[in-house]
Amino acid sequence: MFKAKHFEKIRTLAVILISLLLTFVIIAFVSDNPLYTIAVFLFEPISSVSHIGNVVEMAIPLMFTGLSVVLLFRTNMFNLGAEGIFYFAGIVASTIAIHVTMSAWFHPILAILAGAITGALLSAIPGILKAKWNVNELVTSLMFNSILFGIGLYFLNYKLRDPQAFANSSYKMQPSALLHNLIPGTRIHTGLILVIISIIVVHYFVYRTKWGYELRMTGSNRSFAEYSGINTTKVIIIVHLIAGFLAGMGGSVEVLGMYTRFQWTALPGYGLDGALVALLAKNNPLSVIGAALFLAYIRIGANQMSILSDVPSEMISIIQAVIILLISAEQFLKFWKTRMLLKEAGIRE
Amino acid sequence: MEISPLLEMRNVTKIYSNGVLANSNVNFSLEKGEIHAIVGENGAGKSTLMKMIFGLEEPSEGEIYLNGKKVKFQSPQDAIDHGIGMVHQHFMLVPSFSVVDNIILGMEPIKGFNIDYKDAVRMTVELSAKYNLAIEPLAKIEDLSVGMKQKVEILKVLIRGANILILDEPTAVLTPQETEELFRELLGLKREGHTIVFISHKLKEVKEICDRITIMRAGKTEGVFQVADVTEQEISRLMVGRDVILKYDKTNHQPGSPVLRVEHVSYAESDAKPLLNNISFTIREGEIVGIAGVEGNGQAELIKALTGQISDFTGHVAIGEHRLQGHTMKEIRDLGMSYIPEDRMHQGTAADASISDNLISRFYRFKAWNKGLFLNKKKITEFSEEQIKRYKVRCSGPEQLIGMLSGGNMQKIVVARECDDKPKLLIAEQPTRGVDVGAAQLIHQRLLEMRQEGCAILLLSADLNEILEVSDSLLVMYNGQFAAYFPDAKQVKEEDLGFAMLGLKRHNEDQIRRAIHV
Repeated sequence: MFKAKHFEKIRTLAVILISLLLTFVIIAFVSDNPLYTIAVFLFEPISSVSHIGNVVEMAIPLMFTGLSVVLLFRTNMFNLGAEGIFYFAGIVASTIAIHVTMSAWFHPILAILAGAITGALLSAIPGILKAKWNVNELVTSLMFNSILFGIGLYFLNYKLRDPQAFANSSYKMQPSALLHNLIPGTRIHTGLILVIISIIVVHYFVYRTKWGYELRMTGSNRSFAEYSGINTTKVIIIVHLIAGFLAGMGGSVEVLGMYTRFQWTALPGYGLDGALVALLAKNNPLSVIGAALFLAYIRIGANQMSILSDVPSEMISIIQAVIILLISAEQFLKFWKTRMLLKEAGIRE
Repeated sequence: MEISPLLEMRNVTKIYSNGVLANSNVNFSLEKGEIHAIVGENGAGKSTLMKMIFGLEEPSEGEIYLNGKKVKFQSPQDAIDHGIGMVHQHFMLVPSFSVVDNIILGMEPIKGFNIDYKDAVRMTVELSAKYNLAIEPLAKIEDLSVGMKQKVEILKVLIRGANILILDEPTAVLTPQETEELFRELLGLKREGHTIVFISHKLKEVKEICDRITIMRAGKTEGVFQVADVTEQEISRLMVGRDVILKYDKTNHQPGSPVLRVEHVSYAESDAKPLLNNISFTIREGEIVGIAGVEGNGQAELIKALTGQISDFTGHVAIGEHRLQGHTMKEIRDLGMSYIPEDRMHQGTAADASISDNLISRFYRFKAWNKGLFLNKKKITEFSEEQIKRYKVRCSGPEQLIGMLSGGNMQKIVVARECDDKPKLLIAEQPTRGVDVGAAQLIHQRLLEMRQEGCAILLLSADLNEILEVSDSLLVMYNGQFAAYFPDAKQVKEEDLGFAMLGLKRHNEDQIRRAIHV
């Protein structure tokens, strides 16, 4: 028998299944050869080492931002600032990669640290505003995304831009700063190791340390936390610092791992995707791995679909929209949970 | 054929998604043209029941019938369309708008592209004349007295065509004169054929104007009566009384030195009348001091002052030699204070965290509970299992989410946490409210054990049985002051206690001053 406590997991699975089914239905309408198109969408991402590589490469930044957002959501902070921080940390990291010369060992470490610390400091601003004056963190973080993008673009245009390059991109980063390739035949880089370590550390931090306990209690019921003697103001600021650090690390790693020049002239979208990953992962750090891989998988599938068949990759937005809608719709399948709760209450009496 | 009641709820159960069972198999019926009282303690399920009638919540099980027809309200708009209106305890008005603006909000009469204010004023004036609810149509809400605002609320409901009015504790905020006026108006509405649901826990008022009464306790109805047929005592027994009278044998022992010292504490919100007025008392080691009183006479504010939730009071509060004012909750707790809060959902627990997590909130930061960087998981699990066994908590294990437990089991966890590790002072606020008899007994026994161990205990309760049996001495609060002090709770007659609680009899200053020990 299903218990009410498994409800969230079952619900997430049901949401994924429904959105995939819906995708198939739409493909069946749009495509001339629906079975082939569905096969491409489902199996092309695992058809070759390089395609599997694509999935993992795309999952790395999603894991970083997903992990960052998980921490914030866990504390009941609806902060979507990972987007701007991810972008801006990329600028900081590439500046160091371009302008500072040092040995191959320390160069990426310095660049990533600089990006991460910048991220932490930037993230602290909405955090402090929220904790001290209860300023809505959603509003401040979204505004910060625009501000950081504007400033970042200014740096790219006026400080980093290589006039010799054909596109609007920076000077070449020094090879000493770039991350090493991990698996030949793919572009999977050492950032993968870094993100897995981060996820494990965050997992232990959240579930096994007293600071993680404070964070979870603050998120679960701030009144209870305060009643218990937890300084929730401090907790909220610290969580913002850590979340910003992770998002900043993600932006730096992405730039150093996947590019030779900084060339984002628009926000890359990984920060907002992080919120989707966090939703799918049910705010559980370890589940971020699976959620990010799933999201990367359907995106690579959609890319391949647009190359090999007659359905465009924008199709993927429909799946994502359905997932977000159903997962955040509290009422979805709630009748079922109520029934289970009633049953359990009946046993109790 | 029997005439069906105006409104009927059959076997209604409401379980919130966090697992709280607010109403269980409730039956409720409303006859046309009556004033029907719903009484019950906080948390008895009155407001959930009304929210379901008004479409704010949907029943998990059971049906609602209006005029014999089954109805399903998805939103308050549905309920309003069916002629049901609600006057909330906290007014839903726009302070910067005028009376007319508020009354017509959402249903403005239109002339061309503009609001037809002339017509709006006419409608408002007509309505207020018809129901004898005198108001100033163009006055701003923020300039009105509380009683006036309430009239506007009632008019707002009436203009939307309500013939069933739900009033949620309408007199809680009114002065006695305003209350009298409200009652005249309500009787007028009744004459006009309106039906009124009157939620209250002031029994005198219920006796005064209601026809029938439904008594609720712990999410269930305890009975429906003609008001004329029941005495206030019978109502109060059904509201708070117990079937099993609890008796405890207490050992006699001399209390030790004072632990909590409260001196001349007064508190008022802005410039309103003082909620606490020169309160002084002490609690000594191994002593249980009970505070009784009708709800809303300053008990809640006193607890807030003692637990650091309000700090802008005057006077002096100290644990041992340490003054409490200006300290954080952590510092107050470090002085040895434990606190069982009245509202276990709001403050006492984190519903979507596990039982273990809820048990360790007082201890997690101490060295003994950590191993290097990490929490000592083995110790936490052992501690949780031990407490679950000791308090006979019905659950699947320490990892179960506390929100899934029944109210009584949840409360046992709160008590287990606050009573462990020898606190110097325990503040127990309604420790057994909404809890079954078995759990209540267990909690009482634990409090008596703590007394034996030398803990100073402040017990605040609306349950007279509990407060008379468990306390050593008893203070009664009325109107923000102590109205009586009984040095031996066992000797107190319920009648005397009732008189003191209702402000009919007062002890003199000298008698009350005996509550201060040096």
